[in-house]
Amino acid sequence: MAKKPLGPVRRAFAPWENPEQQPFIEFRNVTKRFGSFVAVDQLSLKIYQREFHALLGGSGCGKTTLMRMLAGFETPTEGQIFLDGQEITRIPPHRRPVNMMFQSYALFPHLNVEKNIAFGLKQDNLPRSDIKRRVDEMLALVKLEAFAKRKPHQLSGGQRQRVALARSLAKRPKVLLLDEPLAALDKKLREETQIELMNLQEELRMTFLIVTHDQEEAMNLADRISVMNSGHILQVATPGEIYEQPVSRYVADFIGDINFFECKVTGCRPQNGGASITLHSEELGNEIKVKAGHPRMIGDAVTFAIRPEKMRISFEKPLDPSLNTIKGEVWDIAYLGDVSIYHIKVSQGHIVRTIVANTTRLVERPISWEDKVWLSFDAEAGVILSQ
Amino acid sequence: MKALKKDWFSITSLVLGFSFLYLPIVILVVFSFNSSKLVTVWGGFSTKWYSALLHNEQLLSAVYITLRIGLVSASIATVLGTMAALVLAGRGRFMGRTLFSGMIYAPLVMPEIILGLSMLLLFVAVDQARGFWTITIAHTSFTMCYVAVVVQSRLAMFDQSLEEAARDLGCPPLKAFFVITLPQILPGVLAGWMLAFTLSLDDLVIASFTSGPGATTLPMAIYSQVRRGVTPEINAICTIMITAVTLGVITISLLNKQAHTKKQSSATIRAGS
Amino acid sequence: MTKNRKMQNSHHGRRRSWTLIAVPYLWLSIFFLLPFLIVLKISFSEQVLSIPPYAPQMDWSAGWDGFKAMVSHWSLDNYLWLTEDELYLSAYLSSLKIAAIATILTLLIGYPMAYSMAKAPKGLQPLLLVMVILPFWTSFLIRVYAWIGILKNEGLLNQFLQMLGVIDEPLIILNTNIAVYIGIVYSYLPFMVLPLYATLEKLDNTLIEASQDLGCPPSKTFWRVTFPLSKPGIIAGCFLVFIPAVGEFVIPDILGGSETLMIGKTLWVEFFSNRDWPLASAVAVVLLVILIIPILLFQRHQRKSGEVLT
Repeated sequence: MAKKPLGPVRRAFAPWENPEQQPFIEFRNVTKRFGSFVAVDQLSLKIYQREFHALLGGSGCGKTTLMRMLAGFETPTEGQIFLDGQEITRIPPHRRPVNMMFQSYALFPHLNVEKNIAFGLKQDNLPRSDIKRRVDEMLALVKLEAFAKRKPHQLSGGQRQRVALARSLAKRPKVLLLDEPLAALDKKLREETQIELMNLQEELRMTFLIVTHDQEEAMNLADRISVMNSGHILQVATPGEIYEQPVSRYVADFIGDINFFECKVTGCRPQNGGASITLHSEELGNEIKVKAGHPRMIGDAVTFAIRPEKMRISFEKPLDPSLNTIKGEVWDIAYLGDVSIYHIKVSQGHIVRTIVANTTRLVERPISWEDKVWLSFDAEAGVILSQ
Repeated sequence: MKALKKDWFSITSLVLGFSFLYLPIVILVVFSFNSSKLVTVWGGFSTKWYSALLHNEQLLSAVYITLRIGLVSASIATVLGTMAALVLAGRGRFMGRTLFSGMIYAPLVMPEIILGLSMLLLFVAVDQARGFWTITIAHTSFTMCYVAVVVQSRLAMFDQSLEEAARDLGCPPLKAFFVITLPQILPGVLAGWMLAFTLSLDDLVIASFTSGPGATTLPMAIYSQVRRGVTPEINAICTIMITAVTLGVITISLLNKQAHTKKQSSATIRAGS
Repeated sequence: MTKNRKMQNSHHGRRRSWTLIAVPYLWLSIFFLLPFLIVLKISFSEQVLSIPPYAPQMDWSAGWDGFKAMVSHWSLDNYLWLTEDELYLSAYLSSLKIAAIATILTLLIGYPMAYSMAKAPKGLQPLLLVMVILPFWTSFLIRVYAWIGILKNEGLLNQFLQMLGVIDEPLIILNTNIAVYIGIVYSYLPFMVLPLYATLEKLDNTLIEASQDLGCPPSKTFWRVTFPLSKPGIIAGCFLVFIPAVGEFVIPDILGGSETLMIGKTLWVEFFSNRDWPLASAVAVVLLVILIIPILLFQRHQRKSGEVLT
C-alpha cells in the first residue's frame, strides 16, 4: 500500500453538506423489535458513497442490530432500507451486494486461507482462472501470500483478521461492513491496522460501515460518526464536531473526558452571528463567560461542559480579562507519562479535572499537591448543553 | 418464508424420528394392559398381567437378584470409575497411560459377547464358582468405564483452580477432594451411578456368560420367555422397568440441569466482572 | 498444574496419585486385560469332554516347565478351522455388511434429527436431548422385543397396512435381515444422534451467516459449511454404531431368521450349544482383531477432534 498523505482528500470529502447529494445507504424510519425489546427505534440515517461511517455506542445500543439489518441477517419490524437507490429491506443476505467482516472473523475452519477467500467468488460461478487471480490479488493486498495454504487455526490473531478482511473484500461489495473488527487485537496491532484500513478504504474507493464501542477507533477511522444509545442516533457528525460540539450530555460524556457544571444563564447578548453568554455556577461559585452559536434565555438552567485539556493551571491569576478564572487547590495528580491529570478542588468542594502535557522531563513538579492554583480558560473553550 | 420452510423440515424430521423411537415402546406399554392373551389383538383393558406377575416366583426372584447385582456393582463401579476419571482428567504422566485410557474406552464399544466370554474364561481359569458375585464383578468391570467417561466430562467443566486454591490455603489433598471437587462433580457421579445401575439391570449377554446355577437375572428370564413367544406378562414387566428408568432419568436430568444453571450463572458473573 | 501441585506438596501429592492410579488400573488389568489373554490362550487349545472343556491345562505345580509343556501343546487348529469352514468367513463378512448398511441407515435417519434438534429453540433443546437419551436407558432387550409384536406376520404393522389396503398378503419381515436392520437402527439411533447433535449444536452460527453473506443460499451453505464441519460428529456416530453392531447378538437372535448370519450369534451357538470353548475363543479373537482397527481409528479420531476443540 502506497503511503500518501490523505489530508487533502479527507478534507475535501463532505458529501453530507450537499443537499443535492443522493445517499448511498439510507435507513428510513427503521424499527427493530425483539419481542418487547426495542433494539432500534424509528431510526433514519443517510450514508454517502465512499464514506467511512462509524456506528458508535455502548453494548445494547442497537448499533450491531442496525448493521445486521443492512447485511440482511435481521429484517426490520418497520421501515425501509435502501442501498444504491434500491430497496433491500427484505432481500435475503446471500443476494445483497454487501459483505461483512465478523467480529469473530467467522473463518471457515475446514478451509485454508486461499479457499476462505475464494468462498464467495466460487458462488458467482466465475471461471477458475479469474477466481485464482482475484484470490492472489487479495492475498497480496493483505500481505498473506506466504500463508495461502494455512488453515485458520495455524494463524495468529492479526493474520486471521486480515484473512477475514480479504475474504469480505474479495467480491468487491458495494459496502463493507466491519463488526468490531479490531476488538480482538492488542493495542499496538490495533493502531497499525487502523491505518491500514484507512489506506485500504481510500484505495478501493468503497463505502465502509464500522460498528465499534471504542471511541478512539471511531474518531481515528471514520469520516462521520453516529453516536447511538438505546436504539436512537443522538448525533451524526464528523469526529471533530462530535468532540468539540457535542449536542447532548450523553454524547459529550461518551466521547473523551469532560467536566460538567450545572449553571444558570445570567446574561446574553448577540455577537457577530452567535451570542456572548454569561453563566453562573453554584458549584464553582463563579461567573463563566461563553461564546456560543446561538442565544439562550436568561434564567434557563443549562449544563456547561468543558474538556480537561482546554483549561490551564497557574499559580498566579492570569491578567487577561477575557479569560474565565477559577480558584482552587490541587487535590490529586495522576501521572500518565505523556500527560498528567490534575484534580482541582474548587470552592464548593467540587472536583475539576484538567490535563497538563508533560513537555519537560520533570524531576520536580512545578505544581504539586495542596498548592493553591488558578484554573483559566477562554470563552470558546467550552459548550453549553441544554438540560 | 425461508424460516417457515426450514421449520417444516425440522418439525417433520423430529416428529418422524421421535415416533420411530417411541412408538414401539408405547405399543408395548399399551398392550401390557390388554386383557387378551394375544398380544397384538386388543381385547379390552385389564391389569391382570400385573397381578399375575406377583405370583410368578421365578420372575420375582430374578428381579430381586438383578436389583442386588445392580446396586452392588453400580456402587463399586462408581468409586472405581470416579477414580479412573480423576486419573484421566489429570495431566500427570505415568507408565502405561495409553493402555489405561484404552482399557477405559475399549469396553464402551467392544461387543458384549467378547466381554462376557473373556470374563467367564477368567472365572473358569481361577476355578471360581459362578453366581451372584461373578456377575457383579463382571458388571462392575464394564460399567465403571461408563462412569469414568461420564464423570470425566463433568470434571472437564470443573474449574481445577478451585482445588488448587483449597490446597494453597492448606487443605490436605484428600480433604480438598471431598470438600471441593466431589461436591462440584457430584451430579456427574450420581449420573454415572444411575447409568451403571441401569446398564447392569439391562445386561443380558454378559450375565448369561458369567452366571451360574441359581443366579438368573431378569433379562435372562425375559430372554428365555421371549424365545418362547411374546406374552402380555413380559409386556407388563417391561412396562414396570420402563417406568422405573424414566423416573430415574428425569431425576438425573433435573439434577444436572440444576448444576448446569448454577454453573452458568457463575460463568455469567465471571464474564460480567 | 500438576507441576505446581508437586512443588507445593510433593510427598503427599505423589502418594495420593499413586493409589488413585493403581486401584482402577489393577482392577481393569485383572478383569479386562487378563481375560483377553486367557481367551487368546484358550483359542490355541482343543476341545475335550471335561470340566473345563478344553486342554491342555496349565499345571501350576510344575511352574515354568508346566507353562512350557502347555505352550508346546498349543495349536493353530481352531484358526485353521475358521478359514476352512465357509460358515465362519461368511458370518464375518455378513456381520460387517449388515453393520455397515445399518450404520448408513442410522446416519440417514439420525442426521436430520440431530440437525433439527440443533436448530430447535434453545429452551426446547434439553428436553429433546433427554428424549433421545431416554430410550437408551431403557432395556435394550425390551426395545428389541417390542418390535416382535409390530413386525410379525399378524403383527401391528401388517394389520395396519392391510387395513389401509396397501397390501393383501402380510409382509414377511420378522426373522429376516430387514428386521435386523430395523432393530439395529432403532437400538443404536441415540448413539448416532448424540455426537451429531453435539457437533452441530457447537457449530458457530456466524459461520453460517458468513457463508450467506458471501452469497451462498441456505441449501448450498449446508453442503459447503454445515456438513463438512459436522464431519467429526458423523465419524464418531458411525463408529459408535458400526463397532458394536458387528458383534451384535441379541438383535439377530431375536429379530433375525435362519438366513441371518452374524458372528455374535455364531459365537454364542459355538459356546453354549456346541460347548466348543476353544473355537468360540478363536472366533472372539478374530472378531477382536477385525474390530481393533476401527476401535483404534475411533480413539485417534476422538483424541484429535478433542484437541481441535480445546
